[in-house]
Amino acid sequence: MTSYLISGGVMSGDQQVDILIANGVVAGVGSAIDATAATRAVKVDAKGCRVLPGFVDLHTHLREPGLEESETVASGSRAAAKGGYTAVSAMANTFPVADTAGVVEQVYRLGKSAGLCDVFPIGAITQGLQGSALAELGAMADSEAKVRMFSDDGNCVSDSVVMRRALEYVKKFNGIIAQHAQDPYLTKDSQMNEGAVSARLGLKGWPSVAEESIIARDVLLAQHVGSRLHVCHVTTAGGVEIIRWAKSRGVNVTAEVTPHHLLLNDERASSYDPIYKVNPPLRTQEDVLALRAGLADGTIDVVATDHAPHPAENKECEWQAASFGMIGLETAFSIVYETMVKSGLLSWDQLADRMSIAPARIAGYESHGQKIAKGAIANITVVDPNRAWKVDRDLVASKSRNTPFHAMKFSGSVIATFFNGAPTVLDTKLVGASHDN
Amino acid sequence: MMRHLLSASDLSYEQALLILDTAQEMAKVSESSVKKLPTLRGRTIVNLFFEDSTRTRISFEAAAKRLSADVINFSAKGSSVSKGESLKDTAQTLQAMGADAVIIRHGSSGAAKRLADSHWTSGAVINAGDGTHEHPTQALLDAFTIRKHLHVGVGDLRGLTIAIVGDILHSRVARSNVILLSLLGAQVILVAPPTLLPLGVEAWPAQISYDLDSVLPQVDAVMMLRVQQERMADFFFPTAREYSHYFGLNRRRLSSLKSNAIIMHPGPMNRGLEITAEVADSARSVILEQVTNGVSVRMAVLYLLLAGAPSGDIEGSVQV
Amino acid sequence: MSVALPAVDISRALIRISHEIIEKNSGSDSIVLMGIPTRGAFLAQRLAQKISTIEGHQIPVGTLDITLHRDDLRMNPIRPLVPSLSPTGGIDGRDVILVDDVLFSGRTIRAALDALGDLGRPRSVQLAVLMDRGHRELPIRADYVGKNLPTSRSQVVKVHLTEIDGIDEVVLESEEVK
Repeated sequence: MTSYLISGGVMSGDQQVDILIANGVVAGVGSAIDATAATRAVKVDAKGCRVLPGFVDLHTHLREPGLEESETVASGSRAAAKGGYTAVSAMANTFPVADTAGVVEQVYRLGKSAGLCDVFPIGAITQGLQGSALAELGAMADSEAKVRMFSDDGNCVSDSVVMRRALEYVKKFNGIIAQHAQDPYLTKDSQMNEGAVSARLGLKGWPSVAEESIIARDVLLAQHVGSRLHVCHVTTAGGVEIIRWAKSRGVNVTAEVTPHHLLLNDERASSYDPIYKVNPPLRTQEDVLALRAGLADGTIDVVATDHAPHPAENKECEWQAASFGMIGLETAFSIVYETMVKSGLLSWDQLADRMSIAPARIAGYESHGQKIAKGAIANITVVDPNRAWKVDRDLVASKSRNTPFHAMKFSGSVIATFFNGAPTVLDTKLVGASHDN
Repeated sequence: MMRHLLSASDLSYEQALLILDTAQEMAKVSESSVKKLPTLRGRTIVNLFFEDSTRTRISFEAAAKRLSADVINFSAKGSSVSKGESLKDTAQTLQAMGADAVIIRHGSSGAAKRLADSHWTSGAVINAGDGTHEHPTQALLDAFTIRKHLHVGVGDLRGLTIAIVGDILHSRVARSNVILLSLLGAQVILVAPPTLLPLGVEAWPAQISYDLDSVLPQVDAVMMLRVQQERMADFFFPTAREYSHYFGLNRRRLSSLKSNAIIMHPGPMNRGLEITAEVADSARSVILEQVTNGVSVRMAVLYLLLAGAPSGDIEGSVQV
Repeated sequence: MSVALPAVDISRALIRISHEIIEKNSGSDSIVLMGIPTRGAFLAQRLAQKISTIEGHQIPVGTLDITLHRDDLRMNPIRPLVPSLSPTGGIDGRDVILVDDVLFSGRTIRAALDALGDLGRPRSVQLAVLMDRGHRELPIRADYVGKNLPTSRSQVVKVHLTEIDGIDEVVLESEEVK
């Protein structure tokens, strides 16, 4: 197996340090690197770059099985690698739904055979995502895929009793319930954030209270039954406030925010271009700032992409007819760097925490989010904060092109990704994988 | 002049007045013995209606025909393609047929803008009502009617107070009128139960009231909006009777209006719900005249959008 | 630029045309003047006043905006419409005298004849122009001409009237100055 020497990058602080990768693990760091071994290694120039633990996404729609025209596990894995990810969490809303051991094992194996990152399936909470009867959570946990995180994402588990039972049941195997917080009654036919912009555009409003009321109920339930709750894609200032309050009371709750909610606000809908149509919707600038502050102070634990590929025809239409969702794996780092690090809200160590260490800890992905030290499995991402690029939807690795960031310029890039010691991306380009979609 | 008419907010003050002044001249055509002009001969205008609206379609059709344009009526409602990419497919079909303008009525807010911003058609796009967003030519004909009655057909609407009453939340007519009437200097008061006002309405250039009786004595025109029966099923108000009691225009309320105030309704009316038959047919009502003025205003819009050089300005004028 | 017709000659030409109109129509009982905006409308007003003075009664006068009948709309930026003014008594059965400032290709007059047809059915239509500069593209001629002015196509004839230009004069420019 080829060994690699990542040379001249910075891991923490401002100390340049070399990292030797051999046999899938970190073989040495800095002065402890064996000089002979280093000369035999393929050198990866990381001058001016940051070397981080490989990114971990807790919220990824890979669309396989069932919706392979949008994305496959393989194409989604390529997108993930390009975005610096070494692990993704495949959401359960596939066809069939990932609500049995059979489906989650299928997704898990597809991830293995793609071989570009770990694909950890998320199991459905309820059968068919219908929100009533619990899926076989235990069987999924015991399966080869070892599912620990469960979500009906796309749908909210709105029934309080079902939510309570799910939270209680997963305590058996230290599982976690990831809730898509959306009151279905307050958001029937809703199209965008409810406020001044929706009033002007005549698009049905999606009140922030529809999200906040569910978060409030769920943190109280989690506290009541002593279980773990993860709040998917928080989008409102009020939601951040409730989670902050819950954490202060000792509730075992974690939360995620998406890159698009950190960057874009609801004014985008003025174009009526459904590329900006997403669930939950883009909110106001005040919400965007509250989300950034929440991610900075740790109220929000992780950045998750909610990468949601859709075929062109689902977006090349009028707003109401379009699908919700946007792709995000390949742009996540650049956006988090732009909005959080460049602005001084997050340090590099904190970025590593929010994009790798914390998500790996929450979901229990043991070979990810580890300190880069001798003997650790080499899941590593190299980013260059000064390598500017312009997003081009025609050049994405994802099978779908529904990025709202097309033609935007970002100042930081993912340069290289190492998955289990093997490079999946070098010099910003995918390696080792076939490129046909 | 702009290329499309998608929203009342596309219009500058000067452009809005130009449309009204042009409509005034067009009205003379409608009154003359030969109600036809050769102005748009050889131009093709498509009425692309994804929603039923016979009165709006007929009005645009009459306007286009009085200017000698060829009119193609395309009713997409009920056809096998009902939503999704059908807008794109339909637009591309019309483009292939060489449409110079597309007049679009669609159930989705923003559909007209979507069409105009896409590369699916190169023609001018006129919004004839998109979802719960806007209906700019309705606002223009309302402004024209108000000006004719209360400002002898000249200038803007400064000094006038106009109430818009009813389902503001779902009304494209209200949205366009708030923008246009305030642009022309009128004071707009929106009167509705709080459930039928959009959250965020405070940002609009209009006053808000929940009390029709206190508003009526101050207004020069009152515009009643249609209340759709399904709003009741969605609990926007308790019963039709309670709605009429607080927000319906009846004989008693008619008597509290100023002596020269006019009553308007974009149609179709729910007689007995938002307006009594007696009021709708009263001497104060200009509802039928709104229909007549609709043709003149739409002729003006078609003329101003379509008659000139396709690529905008051509320099120098030829002496003829 | 040269002055083709000074103020005094304009005035003299209009007086002569007024007399010719009365003479040709054996009086003024049946005539209606229709000016073509912008400057034709002012010329029609002036002629109507002169004829009224001579004849001792008011001559009906109107304006006829021909914009909507033009055949060159698509070649130019959009033109705002000029309010048309119907003459009292209408035009049915009357002898209508169209009035314009310059007769050139004849296309304006063709459009005016169409526009007139939409208003009613005159007994006859006659044409009065202040300047005839030639280069006709249609079989149209004027019944009353202030002055025949041979020009080249590239030249521009500009009529200035006190009502809007502050001065009465006709100037000939060798080329359009932009």
